[in-house]
Amino acid sequence: MSATSIYEYANPAQFERVADRAFTLALIAALVLGAFGLYFALFNSPADYQQGETVRIMYVHVPAAWMAMFCYSAMAAASAAGFIWKHPLADVAAKETAPIGAGFTFLALVTGSLWGKPMWGAWWAWDARLTSVLILFFLYIGYMTLWRAIPDKTRAAKLAAILAIVGFVNVPIIKFSVDWWNSLHQPASIIRADGPTIHGSMLTPLFLMIGAYMAGYVAMLLASMKNELAARRLARMEQLETTKPAGLVER
Amino acid sequence: MSAFAAVIVRDVTLAFRAGGGALQAVSFFALTIVLFALAVGPDLSLMSDIASPVLWAGALLATMISLEQIYRPDREDGSLDALVECGDSLVFIALAKALAHWISTGLLLVAAAPLLALLLNLEGSALAPLVISLLIGTVGLSLIGAFAGALAAALPRAGVLIAVIVSPLYAPILIFGSGAASAGAAGDPQYGANLMLLAASSLFAAIISPLASAAALRFNLD
Repeated sequence: MSATSIYEYANPAQFERVADRAFTLALIAALVLGAFGLYFALFNSPADYQQGETVRIMYVHVPAAWMAMFCYSAMAAASAAGFIWKHPLADVAAKETAPIGAGFTFLALVTGSLWGKPMWGAWWAWDARLTSVLILFFLYIGYMTLWRAIPDKTRAAKLAAILAIVGFVNVPIIKFSVDWWNSLHQPASIIRADGPTIHGSMLTPLFLMIGAYMAGYVAMLLASMKNELAARRLARMEQLETTKPAGLVER
Repeated sequence: MSAFAAVIVRDVTLAFRAGGGALQAVSFFALTIVLFALAVGPDLSLMSDIASPVLWAGALLATMISLEQIYRPDREDGSLDALVECGDSLVFIALAKALAHWISTGLLLVAAAPLLALLLNLEGSALAPLVISLLIGTVGLSLIGAFAGALAAALPRAGVLIAVIVSPLYAPILIFGSGAASAGAAGDPQYGANLMLLAASSLFAAIISPLASAAALRFNLD
């Protein structure tokens, strides 16, 4: 136990020194990029000739959908790192990425639904992308439920890591199956072999918002990792306190 | 007898003994179909339209409720330790456990499906696609489900947890399986493609699930 606890504390101490500074930087970046992005998105970009003003939902929706996928990949990568190199911070990063990623996924679903009401005439359509994002949301829920269900943190980290990796391997299959099942969403329009099909005036706010979301993710991740490490230290201290002989606690 | 065969024989025998889960899953399957029919109402033409997807969803739910029984009793009575210690690869033992679950649950569900299809007024021509798709798909359901069971092997009341974990992973099998059953019933040329994708999903599960189950089981030993 003593060998692992040195390992567990040595890295987090170093981490927290770096994390404080990185958190401030990421938070400033998120706020500045978000302010510029929203200004361009709401006031300084054209309305779409077909979609009208509702196209502006895209600047909140598309980055959220990207982050939903990015966070799941980051979670699986951190899980694999924790699984292979047994680095305790990797497990913490994977665990704390899940609720943030689930939040982005939920945001993508809600904004997609708000966009769908005027465009499709319904709050929800069983369109291929909405459906696969919904399934992704449930993958996050399953991962978080498993973490909560297992009282022993070390064991929970290992088992949740296996689930994250299996889920990640399955994401392309789920995506393909849902595409197969139904597709009425517009085809991908930014990453295409023949270049973007949306106008540059719309790309500027989109990329600013993606930057803001990414920086926001980093800031939230660092803050919640610090919280988790502090909570674990507190739990360890309380455990030590209760295992002391009764006479010692009095003094 | 190799550990692989021994595990299958033992698990299948136990599943059919008193207290075993084999008949519970089939009963649950039949009940979901009856409850669904009661909810829909006695409109026979509507029922025959939705019979294949309903039977597929019912078979999936019936599989799901039996997953907790794959590893938890073994861990509680210590036989999981014996399986790990026996010297054979844990990956193959995990594969045997999943196949035993399929023989004692999946095969029974496939056998019950034609009877339940009668209740839902499924047309005769739709019966073969339903049975074939269930036969291929339930293998994948058992394999993926056994992995979820392995993750939750050390947890006392993990039924809902297993369902939450396994549902998103079941999506491709449900889509291809139910799609194959419906396409086959309609004489759609997509029938073959759906069946092949379903078989591919089950085969993929046959590779991933034993590896992941074995890894999960090692962390669930005391």
